Amino acid sequence: MPEVANTTQLAQSRFAAGPIEQRKVLVEGIAKKLMLVAALCLIVPVLSIITYIFFKAAPVLGLDFLWGVPEGGGTGGGIWPPLIGTFFLVLVSLCICAPIGIMSGIYLNEYAPDNWFTRVINMAVTSLAGVPSIVHALFGVGAFVLTFGMGESLLAASCTIAVMTIPVLITSTREALSAVPMAFRQACWNMGATKWQTIRTIVLPNSISGILTGVILEVSRAAGETAPILFTGAAASIPFMADSLGDKLMPYYLGDKFMALSYHLKVVADKLNDVPEAMKYGTAAVLIGLIFILNSFSIVLRMYLRSRKKW
Amino acid sequence: MSDTETDELSIRTRNLSLWYGNFQALYDVSVDIKPNIITSLIGPSGCGKTTLLRCFNRINERYGNVTTKGEVQILGENIYTEAVALAELRKSVGMVFQRPNPLPISIEKNILFGVRSHSRRSDLPASRREELIESALTEVSLWNELKDNLKRKATTLTLEQQQKLCIARLLPLKPDIILMDEPCSALDADGIERIEELISDLKDRYTIVIVTHNMAQARRASDECIYMYLGEIKEHAPTMELFMNPKNEQTAMYIEGRYG
Repeated sequence: MPEVANTTQLAQSRFAAGPIEQRKVLVEGIAKKLMLVAALCLIVPVLSIITYIFFKAAPVLGLDFLWGVPEGGGTGGGIWPPLIGTFFLVLVSLCICAPIGIMSGIYLNEYAPDNWFTRVINMAVTSLAGVPSIVHALFGVGAFVLTFGMGESLLAASCTIAVMTIPVLITSTREALSAVPMAFRQACWNMGATKWQTIRTIVLPNSISGILTGVILEVSRAAGETAPILFTGAAASIPFMADSLGDKLMPYYLGDKFMALSYHLKVVADKLNDVPEAMKYGTAAVLIGLIFILNSFSIVLRMYLRSRKKW
Repeated sequence: MSDTETDELSIRTRNLSLWYGNFQALYDVSVDIKPNIITSLIGPSGCGKTTLLRCFNRINERYGNVTTKGEVQILGENIYTEAVALAELRKSVGMVFQRPNPLPISIEKNILFGVRSHSRRSDLPASRREELIESALTEVSLWNELKDNLKRKATTLTLEQQQKLCIARLLPLKPDIILMDEPCSALDADGIERIEELISDLKDRYTIVIVTHNMAQARRASDECIYMYLGEIKEHAPTMELFMNPKNEQTAMYIEGRYG
């Protein structure tokens, strides 16, 4: 027996790589490395942007900055009013676009027959998703601020953000829904369940994690934009006299103009010389932080709902 | 069994033709299926046996662009009329699929799913629900295996148990006819044997129509056999007769395994 083992070791293995195999392995290695480098390239800008901004913002960052009120047109003080303004903007937009986006997504994915009408809707969704945000802003001015008489207000701005977000929401909802296997729907129909019974008891419980994550991600992304709120309700500065804690947490009503982080950043960044650099980077850092927190929230929510997922 | 009266038939079709878009899948199918026996549909792939099966509870309509002509009578009543509520029809004509498709919920909820979608909450008190679950699982001989695990997710069962569960969840709806589309093709030999036993136990209470690719199975497990080819019925006879003494030349070739 040992002799046999020896001879096999000495002789060239019959499974040794031939020239074509060697070439394949080489090409495989190059392809893999190329794509790895591409993926790494993605991390570099993210990390450098975040490091740079937080480094520059370090002098002002702190509880006083977050909780304080801007002074001297943003040259000093804190950032609370725009921070809570953006938070409200996200909340109100969510309330408007989530039901519409999710329900139309469900309709298109589960109910809509394949006919010209559905194709028109699908085309509208795709085109709306591609419209630049500044165009949405102008639409917001025409429709919500003027025609519906909302004036420049939190409500008008939220509606504009909602219109901008709905098409992407529909797409993400449909993706989440189509991930639910067709066999489940078939099983339900065959027991005489209606589509709605099927959706409510089987399809939605199994896709809700994807749907909600999409909603939060898309809305928080939109709320970070300046253009849609530029003419629809954002204010450069609002006299902010909050005496009680209640006033400080609920500073804006739906009909009020409001401050928002993205617009505040634009305002302080425009004033090149008056505003200390740390104030600008501080604002940017808080905006990034807020979006980051919202995204993490949606990821945690997704993990929680997935752990309860039913198959 | 000769000369069965029309209203005693479970399923009767007359000149049933069906198109998927422009493709004609069934040509003038006229067939009588007798109650409380197992009828198997055999024939090469694409011959229309699954399509015919799906006509019997009108589930074909869910697959888009389908045109149906002719008549299908279930228990003496034409089901292709406006007066037929699809949910009621499917209560009476249940279907079991090729791949077991239990819903991703607990075993007990799977069994109750059908009745729940057809009743008010107040008509299903806990005692009634337990009764339904026990009798359905007993009928498919799963009760002893599963009675302590009714909250378990149905998707974690073995394939054989899943397929039995898929049969069990039709039973609380009190169906008259159970359609089976290759119900054993995802199972191993033992599973096939036990499902076949189960099917033959069920035929006293239900009319069973089973599509199968497996000729040995059709021979073992069915009372009557229908051979289809290219959307037409070539032969319909008691199973033994069809296998021992086929009248149609194509049937003979198929069951001898010369093509298929």
